[in-house]
Amino acid sequence: MDESTRNAEFDKRIEEGTKIEPKDWMPEKYRRQLIRMMSQHAHSEVVGMLPEGNWITRAPNLRRKMALLAKVQDEAGHGLYIYSAAETLGASREELVNQLLVGKAKYSSIFNYPTLSWADIGIIGWLVDGAAIVNQTMLAKCSYGPYSRAMLRICAEENFHKKQGYEIVCTLMEGTTEQKKMAQDALNRFWWPTLMMFGPHDSESTNSEDLLKWKVKKKTNDELRQHFVNITVPQAHTIGLEIPDPSLKYNEETKNWEFGEINWEEFYAVIKGHGPCNKDRMKARNDAHENGAWVREASIAYAKKKQGKKVERFLNVG
Amino acid sequence: MSDNEQLAVWEVFMQQKNGGPHQHVGNVHAADAEIALQNARDVYGRRGGNGSIWVVPLETIYASGSDDEAPFFDPSDDKAYRHPNHYRVPKAIKNL
Repeated sequence: MDESTRNAEFDKRIEEGTKIEPKDWMPEKYRRQLIRMMSQHAHSEVVGMLPEGNWITRAPNLRRKMALLAKVQDEAGHGLYIYSAAETLGASREELVNQLLVGKAKYSSIFNYPTLSWADIGIIGWLVDGAAIVNQTMLAKCSYGPYSRAMLRICAEENFHKKQGYEIVCTLMEGTTEQKKMAQDALNRFWWPTLMMFGPHDSESTNSEDLLKWKVKKKTNDELRQHFVNITVPQAHTIGLEIPDPSLKYNEETKNWEFGEINWEEFYAVIKGHGPCNKDRMKARNDAHENGAWVREASIAYAKKKQGKKVERFLNVG
Repeated sequence: MSDNEQLAVWEVFMQQKNGGPHQHVGNVHAADAEIALQNARDVYGRRGGNGSIWVVPLETIYASGSDDEAPFFDPSDDKAYRHPNHYRVPKAIKNL
């Protein structure tokens, strides 16, 4: 079958809503775009463990500590689901992890910001996981089977992340004056970086056209961002928080909460590695990888010893 | 052992409710079956209510789904007489 026939058939499957699975023929660009998108997503989950992990030892009580531990553990699991799904496209785990460690791969810009107070943990669960849920709910319908299935698993687990975060913020907003200030301050620092999670404006988003055509994405960056703002603003107002945006205004006709312009200089600076915590995040990941080498080596040595025969190197054929 | 040695891939199947079938949930990397089972539990079983777990080396799995797919499944696609709705009984008879 020649390339143009294959392309036509592929386009037809996309249009019909048939899922593309690992063994199916796909355009090389589709494969590459998905590997890029999925590996970035997986890296984000793993790096995302770090800002929250920072507060595990300082959670205010045991229930908060257990919830935070469980959430961080979930993020590790989510990274693993997505790495596994990315490997079905022919990328190796080692290659993907290496790209992150040497700084060749991107991950979500939000995780380059520091967590300065306990309130940040609440705000992150509410806003950052909230934004992730908006994005992932859309991706659960994407055309690539393994990615959409990973998203469904993640969406099911993500809901408690958002709720525990919002509960923390509600608790603070029912507390002392200091606690309310701490919550407002955390919101002030995380609001705009959260909006940046949805990526550049549609007009600047170079990858979006392909991803929309191939139904990997079904909504644009700006559409998702607007939806997130619409659901989140009332959640803030209900508990007495102010959104740090003097331009924020409800439009009665469109039913949208219109908001101000994002600081795109900050966005691109952080993506390029100049955010407050980029270096720390990379160091933490590299240290973890090096410090964990003995575990990988020991498990392979132990397996060899038990089997009494050579452990074969298994190539990923999925 | 060099850092280039990848841990093997095991596909994970879990029985998610009492008496139900095992379902494919994803895969894990591990050096042997024992660790693969533990990893599978940790990665896919955090929400509890899990029955048994199977881990299967990826390379032992054979799959359909190649260029011949349509003809491979063709015989089963147009046999309406295998379905109960194909058959007609008097309207007065309910729940047959």
